[in-house]
Amino acid sequence: MRVALFTTCLVDALFPDAGRATVRLLERLGQAIEFPLKQTCCGQMHANSGYFEVDLVRRYVEVFSPYDAVVVPSSSCVGSIRHQHAMVAREAGDLTLAQRAEETGAKTYELSQFLIDVLGVEDVGAYFPHRVTYHPTCHSLRLLGVGDRPTRLLRNVRGIDLVELAHEDECCGFGGTFAVKNPDTSAAMLTDKMKAVIATEAEVLCAGDRSCLMHIGGGLERLRAGVRTLHLAEILALTESEHLAAQRSAGARP
Amino acid sequence: MSAARAEILARVRAAIAPTGSSAPEVPRGYRTRTDDGLETFIDRLHHYGAHTERVGERHLAAAVRDTLELRGVRRLVVPDGIPEEWTGRVEPLTDEPPLDFEMLDLSNGAITTCAVAIAQTGTIVLDGSAGMGRRALSLVPDYLLCIVRAGQIVSSVPEAIARLDPVRPLTFISGPSATVDIEMVRIAGVHGPRRLDVIVVD
Amino acid sequence: MVWSDDPPFPANARRAVNDAQLRRNIRAATTTIRERRSRLVDELPDWQALRDAGAAIKDDVLAHLDRYLEQFEQAATAHGAQVHWARDADEANAIVASLVEATGEKEVIKVKSMATEECGLVQALGQHGITAYETDLAELIVQLGHDRPSHILVPAIHKNRAEIREIFLKGMDDAPPGLSDDPHALADAARRHLRRKFSEAKVAISGANFAIAETGSLLVAESEGNGRMCLTLPHTLISVVGIEKLLPTFRDLEVYLQLLPRSSTGERMNPYSSMWTGVTPGDGPEDVHIVLLDNGRTSVLADELGRQALRCIRCSACLNVCPVYERTGGHAYGATYPGPIGAVLTPQLVGIEHASTLPFASSLCGYCYEVCPVKIDIPSVLVKLRRDAVRAKRHPAEDAAFAAAAAAMKGRRRWTLALRLARMMRFFRHGGPPPLSRWTSVRDLPEPPRQPFRDWWVKEHER
Repeated sequence: MRVALFTTCLVDALFPDAGRATVRLLERLGQAIEFPLKQTCCGQMHANSGYFEVDLVRRYVEVFSPYDAVVVPSSSCVGSIRHQHAMVAREAGDLTLAQRAEETGAKTYELSQFLIDVLGVEDVGAYFPHRVTYHPTCHSLRLLGVGDRPTRLLRNVRGIDLVELAHEDECCGFGGTFAVKNPDTSAAMLTDKMKAVIATEAEVLCAGDRSCLMHIGGGLERLRAGVRTLHLAEILALTESEHLAAQRSAGARP
Repeated sequence: MSAARAEILARVRAAIAPTGSSAPEVPRGYRTRTDDGLETFIDRLHHYGAHTERVGERHLAAAVRDTLELRGVRRLVVPDGIPEEWTGRVEPLTDEPPLDFEMLDLSNGAITTCAVAIAQTGTIVLDGSAGMGRRALSLVPDYLLCIVRAGQIVSSVPEAIARLDPVRPLTFISGPSATVDIEMVRIAGVHGPRRLDVIVVD
Repeated sequence: MVWSDDPPFPANARRAVNDAQLRRNIRAATTTIRERRSRLVDELPDWQALRDAGAAIKDDVLAHLDRYLEQFEQAATAHGAQVHWARDADEANAIVASLVEATGEKEVIKVKSMATEECGLVQALGQHGITAYETDLAELIVQLGHDRPSHILVPAIHKNRAEIREIFLKGMDDAPPGLSDDPHALADAARRHLRRKFSEAKVAISGANFAIAETGSLLVAESEGNGRMCLTLPHTLISVVGIEKLLPTFRDLEVYLQLLPRSSTGERMNPYSSMWTGVTPGDGPEDVHIVLLDNGRTSVLADELGRQALRCIRCSACLNVCPVYERTGGHAYGATYPGPIGAVLTPQLVGIEHASTLPFASSLCGYCYEVCPVKIDIPSVLVKLRRDAVRAKRHPAEDAAFAAAAAAMKGRRRWTLALRLARMMRFFRHGGPPPLSRWTSVRDLPEPPRQPFRDWWVKEHER
């Protein structure tokens, strides 16, 4: 099975740790993975802002259609690939592309879907001795219906103290350009989400979308809340031996 | 006037022409009947704040009389088709000639039978035939006593619809009048009858 | 339909989110109704099958709307109703005004109806010297408070009991002096206030939730009994009905009488539904009129994707779950139809250039689609309308920014260069110039990494 990684533009540019963790995790599970360098962006931000960029759809299809599966550490981008690409192609009058976009979309998986549905793994052998709360992002919850896959994976992590987030299914208020086009409403939603996160007394807020985490994490940082944000992959990638090795090297420092 | 009609229909035709008139077959995979029966019906009525009583046919007349006495009803709106023995000692207000609003408003309540009842939703449907009368009779008086026979209770909405005649004036009643307009809190009793009693005959 | 041309949602929302009383009232009410809806929907194992049927029946209606309209007209006429057609709000208002004038009455009673709200009928009748009294409790609160509705089902959702009591004391001439803010007392005051109106009115105006093509029947679903009063007591009944309200057959009600109450008020069944077919001798109004209203609906019908908004049965489930509506309330949308459904319906009814900010009033969280009983894919329609908005109103700076980003994303070398430029972000992390400030006003930007992901990948995997 030839598997490609689509990191998403956001992870490539700003959150490479989430991409590296995805690679380390999959390789540890014995899954060889490729990163086609021609990839850029799925075009979601453009489409959701009213700018339909059919060239970005075409690019995605051309880069990823040769693979058997594509793994993406973002449910939001997978949502766009599966549910918007064909529409953007059709709007541009390219029905052949629409057809190919649907085929490529069907073999594009969000990380937790790929782990559980394709690889059949629920315990990835991770170790993470911290108090964590999980925010199911709207697109993972409603557009993709990943259900409890991420929390099943998290519950199998050794040492984790996983606490439930109140009103977890409420949107955090990111919404792509919504955050800047409707800054006040977005801020109001963010405040409520942060209240819920802070109330859990977790050290780490985890989610399957770096985009929502950038927004919530940016708010938490502004408040000096002492809660950090990690992508699901970043928790699943850590093993106990890595953890100990990291501690040893930290302790060895003068 | 007919210009508007012609123009709207032309706009509609122009709007739907490109996609053709092919709409997919309506999938009707929903349940047309459920397990709900008399017990559920009574439970639902209680949930709405209605009072219920279950009697055999033999005891019906006595049960009606007792209920009316318990509610202190002296002047009762009685549609055509209600047996005289049910109403007993109360003063019957018949709708012949038609009762005006004041008369209905001054009564202490009304009695009615029903066309069909829905267990799953606790709904009673009136269709204006004998025993029910015109719609205002079951509306203006502040109290309504409804007689439902067990054989009239169907499990579900689809079963009820199948039994009804669409061109009769239909009133679906589910509990006493209510509102959620203040803070989305359901409170019983606004313009329709504020108290509903149901006698189920089986 | 819109309260001002092109209502500015972001600016309206800015005021709303800082209104503490409003925020509390809406949050409390929507939380209550959300829980109730969810409990009652979960009770039905065939809910998804009902939604499928609900969507398909409406799609059938829309695909054959001309035929069903003619069939409805014929059946209603055969049963003694008079059917009128109105191309727009002005025409509908003129028809209703002339019908009321023909009766010689100066006062009419009214059942809550979105179609008449959309037409501004009450104000239009006022210009003809006709006073229309709203009889729905929430509409009465809005009317007495000289306010506007902020919710499709519960127009006064933005007011709490204390505020409603004050409105009654100020605006209701026969309010009991010692009126408390107990909802029962408030409902009782409304009952007594309206009782005389019901007894005296000769003319009533209503809308309809459903119109049955095969029989010419109309159905009104309600809770309080004010609808029944209006539909049965007066001599003349005028119903304004949007052309999309049709259902092919009486049987189809078996679907919607399950979908609507559970989705709207969170009940197994609303207290009262009344259905009538033309005139029934000896029972109810003898002079029955139906005004079929277009008012932009045929334009919505012409859009293949947007058309699904016409399936809407006005249940309000999408408002009650919407995280945006919950923070802003309904007035921020500046239109008759607020919330997610309003954001897709209003721009299509009035033209995108007259409501260009509404499609952006959503984080596209998808909750509205999940709860919609007729499966309107609101997020997809919103996205399509955003494209229409971008085309209809150019915003040079924004257009240029998106074009530049797209250009960078269309070539590997350009993209790699852009990734390196992301390092610049570190200068603006805690406060940037506009429009970046709209982000940094409440959030920090992330510390940009030393190298983008692809540089690491090349180093590790493609030496």
